[in-house]
Order: sequence, then structure tokens, then C-alpha cells
Amino acid sequence: MIWITQLLNGVLLGGYYALLACGLSFMFGVMRIINLAHGDLAILGACVVFFVADATGISPFVALVVALPLMALIGFGLQRWMLERSLRAGLLVPLLTTFGLAIIIENGLFEYFGADSRSLAPYIGDFAFDSWAITGNIYIGSLALLIFVVAVVLLIGLKLFLTHTSLGRAIRATAEDSDTAELVGINARYVYAVAAAIAVASAGLAGVFLAMRETFSPYSGPTQLIFAFEAVVIGGVGSLSGTLVGGIVLGVAQTFGAQINPQGFLIAGHVVFLIVLAGRLAVGAIRTRGGMYGLFARRP
Amino acid sequence: MKSEVSSETRFIVERWTPLSAATSIVAAALLVMLAFGPLLFGANIVDNLTNLFIYVILSVMWNALAGYGGLVSVGQQTFFGLGAYFAIQLSYYGVAVYPALLLGAAVAALVSLPISALMLRLRAGEFAIGMWVVAELAHLLVALDPLINGETGVSLLALNAFSPNTRRDDNYWLALASMAVLLAIVFALLRGRLGASVQAIRDDEDAATSVGVKVMRGKWIIFFLAAFGCALAGTLWLATSITFQPNTYFGVQWAAYMIFMVLVGGLGTFEGPIIGAVIFFLIEFFFGQTGVWYLIGLGAAATLFALFLPRGLWGTIEDKFGLRLLPVGYRLRMLGPQRANTD
Repeated sequence: MIWITQLLNGVLLGGYYALLACGLSFMFGVMRIINLAHGDLAILGACVVFFVADATGISPFVALVVALPLMALIGFGLQRWMLERSLRAGLLVPLLTTFGLAIIIENGLFEYFGADSRSLAPYIGDFAFDSWAITGNIYIGSLALLIFVVAVVLLIGLKLFLTHTSLGRAIRATAEDSDTAELVGINARYVYAVAAAIAVASAGLAGVFLAMRETFSPYSGPTQLIFAFEAVVIGGVGSLSGTLVGGIVLGVAQTFGAQINPQGFLIAGHVVFLIVLAGRLAVGAIRTRGGMYGLFARRP
Repeated sequence: MKSEVSSETRFIVERWTPLSAATSIVAAALLVMLAFGPLLFGANIVDNLTNLFIYVILSVMWNALAGYGGLVSVGQQTFFGLGAYFAIQLSYYGVAVYPALLLGAAVAALVSLPISALMLRLRAGEFAIGMWVVAELAHLLVALDPLINGETGVSLLALNAFSPNTRRDDNYWLALASMAVLLAIVFALLRGRLGASVQAIRDDEDAATSVGVKVMRGKWIIFFLAAFGCALAGTLWLATSITFQPNTYFGVQWAAYMIFMVLVGGLGTFEGPIIGAVIFFLIEFFFGQTGVWYLIGLGAAATLFALFLPRGLWGTIEDKFGLRLLPVGYRLRMLGPQRANTD
């Protein structure tokens, strides 16, 4: 029975990872940037909500009304003043600049908030630990369920936005070929900045949910980046529905791993990621070079 | 001066210039002088110089990966940590302590083989974070070893057999020799066929493949070398600090330091990373105590250099004045009426 409970927990945790990963995947899909500051931006979002909730006493859910537009604005500015310039310099420079940004954000947060672990759980009352009994001894946390539902709604919403609105179509066109998109009158600079705004706001939302679920510190960002990246790679880069699958696989692997060993949570996640990666490369080798022989053939 | 004259096209391929010959001699002389360091300097300076040599190793190794191989890794701390870990293991099982340091680095380099089989097939950004995941996994697995006591860590007690003074001098010489040998290897590789082929891979992998460059082989050699170098830096760090804590050795801050040194010094130049390491060493020496602001400064500097001065300090100077102190590249000199120098 414990395994069924763990499976459910893992699936719901996967919803959080999907939420966390969708911005990373989106930014990579549109701009070909892997944003190494993604996890730190999530923590920044959590800190903004924490700051507002702590100063005014309003619910963190209400504080999102302030925090999410602010995060979107940060994303917009980030693209305009930093990423745009780094993109022009080639593939490697965005990696280096976003890594530098990550260091600035996490140490800046440390300077302001200190090293203490914090949580938003005390600010949302009973909701942090409420749960529903499905059968006699299987429970589902209501917060975990909410996060999962928000993730699914966001992923579907994003998909609909990309296919059914003109801005969404402009984003897809720019992602496909920005020069040609500009020829037909799309402002690629603006489109990129909007994409970055969406990505950073979604990261901020994920960070807030993280802060409600457990504790966070200024240096929690890199771990979240790694989880997000693992979910993206497991699910298949650039696919939004794949991101949900990737998040769930990662979440289930982690909860099962934790059941086996206290350190198993992280180890199982990393191992599953590497196995999927190896599998993907092996399948690629088999496809391109014909049969299992492809695995052992010498690369050019 | 070695130069090849091509009869039809009127230019010379230059490798050595009088300037580069002179700097090579100066560099060699400097290394010989440094070898007498422990006899000349006080304990404090010897300790600091040892750290500097370790920084130079890390910087040069990361530059070989990123600046020449086009492989931006955020996970080289994997090998830094594994080298130290294997050195502790070997020492625990009875290997004499200084040989254990070198062997530990060699074992870590062997571990890089299966890692490279997977990682080198990834593209730019995927490789960067993929290596980071590998570092995290290595960290977790090492912390599981009962010998290490989890995050509490363990000390390389065998080093206590030497008096602090002997140890300091031995560490200094070992670090200096390691740095000199690794610099020589990188120099030789870059001057040889591999140098041209890995730079071709960095600039355009598909084009390089199409002209017959063995892409996988070139990347693999660079990756292996960088793994060994970073692991050696890790064992040297262990020799100076004696204690091993997984958190310190596998921390991503090492990646940040390497990126800072290379970006500030000059990505893809031979001399730049050495200069970057010296700058990093000085900044750490003067501002290291300011903690958070020091780290924010490093991050900001790395970002600004990547955005506004992508060739770093040395690369910019080199471009501006057409300088090349050490002869790792090729330059074409046109003959005839229009004499022009280009790299």
C-alpha cells in the first residue's frame, strides 16, 4: 500500500516539476537559450511573495497578483538588456551570462534575506497539510493536488495560447526562423521578450509553490534548475506535454528512491535522468546507423 | 625560426616570431626561478603561490575545454572532487601519500571515460547542465561511502607523517611541477594537429566533420585531459587543506571560479587563462573576506566580460596589437607589395 501512496505522491510531485520545467523548456524552444539562472529566478519569485506576505500579512495566493507581473517584467527586461545581446555572440555566451546572473541572484538574495531556511507554509494555514482520504489509508495532499492541477492548466493554456492567438503564432514563427518572421512583419525582439516574460513568470510561480510545500533558502536555486532540466530532458526537449511526462517520471523516481534510502531521493532522480539520456542516444545511434551495431560503431 | 614557404601562393606560414621566442625563454626562466620558491620566500607566500598554481591548472583546463573544444562545462568539480576522493581511498588502502595524490587523479581521469561516452554526445547547453548533474551524482555517491562520514568528511591523516614545513615545500613543488607539465601538454596539443582540429570543431562541428576532422576523438582527448587536470588540482587542494568534505570539493563554486578566470583572462587564448588565474588570485586575496559581495562581484564580472569583452583581457590586447606571446597558433604573412599581417 505504501508503494501506491508513493506512486501518487510521485505523480503529484511531477506536477510541480512540470510547472518548474515548462519555462525552461519554453525558453529553450523559442530562443535556444538554456537559462542557467532559471532555478534562482524561481527562488526570487518565492522571496518576492514571502516579502509581500510577511510585510502586509496578506495571503501568499493574493501576493501572486503582485509577484507574477513583477517576475514577467523581470523576464522582459532580462531578455532586452542581457540575453538579446548574448544571443548575438553565439551559443556559448548565453550559458556564461546566465550562469553569472545565477551567482548574482543567489548571493544578492543571501545578502538581503540571510542564510535562514524559510517557508510560506505558515502563511497558508491548514492548507499546507490538509489531505483527502481516497480510500481507507491512501491520502492525497490538497496542496500537492492544487500544484498538479495548476501545472496541467498552465501547460494546456500555454499550448492553446501558442496555437490560437496571434501573439502565440508569432512566437512559434519566430522560434522557427526569426529572420523570416521579421520579413512578414513580426517584431522578433518584442516576441522574444514576451517569451522570456512568460518563462520567468512561470518559474516564479513554481518557486512560490515550492516555498509553500517545503523550506527554501537563497541557495536553493541550482537544485531546482537541475530538477527542471532533468524533467525537460526526460520528457523530450521543446515539447510541453513531454515536460509533464518528464516531471512525473522524475517525481516518481525520486519518491521511490526516497523509500529505499534517505539519499535515494536525489540519487534515483539523477540516475533515471542518465538512463533516459543514454537510452535516447542509443536509440538515436540505432536509428541512424542501423541496428544494435550502431551502438558500437565509431563516430565520425 | 621555422617557417614554410609556399611557392605558388605568396605568403609564409609563421609559427615562431622573435617576440614569441623571447617570451618562451622568459616563461621557461620564470618557471625555473619559481622552482627555487621555498628557498627564497616565507611560509605565507609559498602557501599562496601553491594556491595560485592550482588556480592556473583549473583555469587552463577549463579553457582547453571551452575555449578550444567548445565544451562549456558547469561540472568540472566532478573530477576535482573525485581526484581528492580517490586519493583518500588509495591512501587508506596503504598507498604512500604523495603517489596516492597522483594516482587518485589518474583514477578520476579513468572514470571520465564512461562519463565522456555519454556526455560528449550532448550539444552545448545540454552538455553544460548534464555535467552539473554528473557532479551532483558523484557528490551524493561519494558521501554514501562510510569512509567519508557523509558530509562531515575525513582528513588525509597520512600527510601528518610530514612536518608542516616539509609538507608546505613538497606541496609547492608538486603543484608547480603539475602546472608546468599540464601547461606543456596543452601547449604541445594546441600546436599540433589536434589544436587546429578542436578549434575547427568549436567553430562549426558539421563543417569540421565534412573536411575530415575526427570530431569525437578531438573532443574526447580534450575532455580526458581536462578531467585529469581538474582531478590533479583537487588532489593538490587536498594536500594543502588535508580535510575532505564532499560539499566543498563538489561545490558548483569551482565552476564559477573557472568560468570567471577564463572569461576575464581571455577565452580561447593560451595566455589569457593564466592571467585570469592571477587576477582571480589577487581578487580573492584582497576581497575574499567580504564573502557575499565578493561572489556577487565575480558573477557580475563574468557576465559583463561575456557580454562586452568576450575575448577577455588578453584576447582583446592580442587582437588590438596582433600580439602572440607564445607560439600556439599559425599566422600568415603576405609577401610582395601589400604586406599585411593577419592571424
